[in-house]
Amino acid sequence: MNSFPWLTLLLVLPAAAAVVVAAVPRRLGTLAKQITLAVTLVEFVLALLATIAYEPSRAGFQFAQKYSWIKQFGVSYSVGADGISLVLILLATLLVPVVVLASWDEVSDAGQPGASVAGRRSVPAFFALLLALEAGMIGVFAATDVFLFYVFFEAMLIPMYFLIGSYGLAKEQAQRSYAAVKFLLYSLFGGLLMLAAVIGLYVVSADQLGTGTFDFATLRQMDITPGVQKLLFLGFFIAFAIKAPLFPFHTWLPDAGAQSPTGGAILLVGVLDKVGTFGLIRYCIPLFPDASSYFAPMVLALAVIGIFYGALLAIGQRDMKRLVAYTSLAHFGFIAMGTFALTSQAGTGAVLYMVNHGLSTGLLFLVVGFLVARRGSRDVGAYGGMAQVTPVLAGVFLVAGLSSLALPGLNSFVSEFLVLVGTFTQYRALAIVATCGMVLAAIYILYLYQRTMTGPLVDEDARGVLDLSVREKIVVAPVVALIVALGVYPKPLIDIIRPTVTATFEDAGHTDPAPTAPVNASQPGGHS
Amino acid sequence: MSATASAIAGQDALAQHILAQSTQGTIDVPAIQYSALSPIIIVFGVALAGVLIDAFAPAKARRGIQPLLAAAGFAAAFVAVVLLHTRRQVLAAGSLAIDGPTLFMEGAILAFALLAVLLVAERRLDSSGGAIVASAAITPGSPGATAQRSSAGVQTEVYPLMAFSVAGMLLFVSSNTLLIMFVALEILSLPLYLLAGLARRRRLLSQEAAMKYFLLGSFSSAFFIYGLAFIYGYAGSVNLGRIADAAGMVGANDTYLYLGMALLGVGLFFKIGAAPFHSWTPDVYQGAPTPITAFMAAGTKVAAFGALLRVFYVSFGGLRWDWRPMVWIIAILTMVVGAVLALTQRDIKRMLAYSAVAHAGFLLTGLAAANSDGLSGSLFYLVAYGFTTIAAFGLVTMVRTGDGEASDLSQWQGLGRRSPVLAGIFAFLLLALAGIPLTSGFTGKFAVFQAAVAGDATPLVVVALITSAIAAFFYVRVIVLMFFQEPGADGPIIVTRPTLTYAAVGIGAIMTLLLGVAPQPLLELAGTAATSGFVR
Repeated sequence: MNSFPWLTLLLVLPAAAAVVVAAVPRRLGTLAKQITLAVTLVEFVLALLATIAYEPSRAGFQFAQKYSWIKQFGVSYSVGADGISLVLILLATLLVPVVVLASWDEVSDAGQPGASVAGRRSVPAFFALLLALEAGMIGVFAATDVFLFYVFFEAMLIPMYFLIGSYGLAKEQAQRSYAAVKFLLYSLFGGLLMLAAVIGLYVVSADQLGTGTFDFATLRQMDITPGVQKLLFLGFFIAFAIKAPLFPFHTWLPDAGAQSPTGGAILLVGVLDKVGTFGLIRYCIPLFPDASSYFAPMVLALAVIGIFYGALLAIGQRDMKRLVAYTSLAHFGFIAMGTFALTSQAGTGAVLYMVNHGLSTGLLFLVVGFLVARRGSRDVGAYGGMAQVTPVLAGVFLVAGLSSLALPGLNSFVSEFLVLVGTFTQYRALAIVATCGMVLAAIYILYLYQRTMTGPLVDEDARGVLDLSVREKIVVAPVVALIVALGVYPKPLIDIIRPTVTATFEDAGHTDPAPTAPVNASQPGGHS
Repeated sequence: MSATASAIAGQDALAQHILAQSTQGTIDVPAIQYSALSPIIIVFGVALAGVLIDAFAPAKARRGIQPLLAAAGFAAAFVAVVLLHTRRQVLAAGSLAIDGPTLFMEGAILAFALLAVLLVAERRLDSSGGAIVASAAITPGSPGATAQRSSAGVQTEVYPLMAFSVAGMLLFVSSNTLLIMFVALEILSLPLYLLAGLARRRRLLSQEAAMKYFLLGSFSSAFFIYGLAFIYGYAGSVNLGRIADAAGMVGANDTYLYLGMALLGVGLFFKIGAAPFHSWTPDVYQGAPTPITAFMAAGTKVAAFGALLRVFYVSFGGLRWDWRPMVWIIAILTMVVGAVLALTQRDIKRMLAYSAVAHAGFLLTGLAAANSDGLSGSLFYLVAYGFTTIAAFGLVTMVRTGDGEASDLSQWQGLGRRSPVLAGIFAFLLLALAGIPLTSGFTGKFAVFQAAVAGDATPLVVVALITSAIAAFFYVRVIVLMFFQEPGADGPIIVTRPTLTYAAVGIGAIMTLLLGVAPQPLLELAGTAATSGFVR
């Protein structure tokens, strides 16, 4: 099964479908939606099949394919999956059909107060952008050539840029443009710094190996001098820190998150931002092991600041979408902390956290999107007592919130626990401080829930608001189910993630501290 | 690196050869291999034939014949370049060189000229036919000028003028002595000064552009010839190879050499539009008829870069440690000035002009690399940029108001609603200029930047990347205008079915995509051209 080109298929299908859907005439909007839904569902099934075919115990990249692309630069089209990229591909392919269904009416009905301008915009174009985005997401996770990764990293910005700029809320044209441009420029700036580092990496490889290469597997075998490592590390790190985003590179996220259409926000925060955290663990640590150790305290400090800063700002937000965006800042702090604690346990937790955060924040954005579509306002003050009229929506909101604050029994708890325990074995004080951040998470979530859902109905007009429709229930059902399932039984995912994370850290010379680490504690590793 | 080594070996061989010749005491009649010159001869022939046709053919016939003749001539010359592609020789008594870079750039210039002819020949855009007027000298605002604006009078001398200019460009990139280079510089420039003044609309701007271009251009030519004099005084020869020989010897008066090099540099940097010699670019790009602007932006840039590369690699190749700091400074200045000033522009053509300045800066990083990869990267970049910029200017000609092109950016507002395909193509071209992956702009930037890092010019690349980020802002701003804002009441009119312009824009856009997705063939061509190096 492993010779089957899963990844290329996953990549080509949405890209081709994007072209087809873009060519659908505007008046056939429903057809465009149907094609998109069908394709994205097929994608998800393909990703599931690939996951089943994946052998966690085998080292290295699986489903690997390699064809020379630009041989003058030593660039090849080369894709492959390891445990980390596979679960993220799975997450992406799961969320896209959810987003397609969630956007079903949002992009066709201009009459509702909360409807996006998309009502007057081309519907096929919206779904073509979603498909292009999906292709970009698959590509960025599947690439095993640094140049190819960079190409997807940058190219992916363009569909997202148009999603924010063209399909955000109708009445806020100026803010939409502002958010879209801010998003693009921040990302481009980071991307260009990364390009400098990518070129640097290429030149180093040309010096060391005779011919320059971008092949990840070859590059990670190189021995780069620490000084050069630090510079190259910073180039990659800043790009990823902007993308993730980590404090203090985050200021674009609340704007972009708030101005995106619901579907865009889910993919932006749920998947796109994971490219940053994915890049940290996939590229920064294996390629620049010495620099990673050197900069780890700095990254950890930024991560912990992010945990508190994001949580405190989230508590103070009145705009629900901004609030959710700020909670993500706190969560990305946890992910970065888990990654740079450099223990296999925390690393596994961080990768699992990426998936869980995609699910819980995705669900939060979905629920907020449903609310905004009903009442046309993102302001917390416009809601209150909604549980009386929309009990199902309130229930889903509560599940999403509890998942976000890492209630035991729901998915996020497992990952947050792994991150904290794994960090504790290396940095005790830090782990203790970060644990306090969980209290703040409880505050921002429960406070939000309380203000919007409980108590007396604030606005009598809200009495007529409808609860979740059948379509909306179908949208949230799989996400809710996964949140519960992964909270109770996360083993399948952990089994896929852990070998890759362990191998990544061991190759980079980071071994777990002996007494407390349950994974591979007895194996001798190369000490740095 | 190996190219320079072989070049040095070749230089010794040449010196011995010259020594052997001079001792014989006879005068050699220069043998001219006309076949190797066929591209230049064809284009000169077309230019002369064009002049005759303009004088003798009836008005109606001229309209059809002239563009066809020019296009056929450029195409024939292009075929000749392709047939010559393996030639490497110095000919006409050492005054011309046919080698890899020359042929590559000749091909590029001819391809761009062909596309530009398509834009110039377009007659459906302006109600009175064509973007070019007959008499450039009529005082703007006078009754004559008003009559001229709406007259459908035939103006076909634009084609022979373009042909002369193209011939000059071809000669410019193949000249192996500074004197021929100067002659070629004048042949390419004089018709351009005239062409810049031929815009149908906004005559005053156009005349100002022509005048400014002429005055500043003559000034830069003066710098060039002044430098030439110093170099001749130093080396006793205008032959690029012999200058290199002389520069390699010790004991001579280096002041003349450096002065000459600096002055030559001024003349050449002026032509590529590098800061601080760029001030003509926005005015001329704005005032000239847009098809001519497209032609200048693509063709002149190739020609001027070709000459610049040849002079600096061949004559001053041994002095690279002396000129590299200068090129660094000019490259940084050019990038910063181009990117920052473009931010403040309200006129689309001026914005593209400043973008051209910024791109000249990016190209100079390839020169600063001073290695074979830098040369091939620059060659690729020139072609990539040329196609994109021709398509972009071609598109500008299509977005119009009642009073000519909608050059003010505010008039582009909401274009994405009115004609999504056109706006989509323009957005794509802007993203290519910004250097987003999967476009030719990215491949080109990557090629030169990678060479520059390998050539120990990393700080320069960092500056280049930061200015790329700044530049991205003004490209993106236009996309915001087109797509995220509602069209204004007096929005642009899109003229339907300007077939020739469609063709030119389409070819430019397709090449932009192709060179981003599958750049290997052209990279290989550029690589072969660069590694075989300059002959002398």
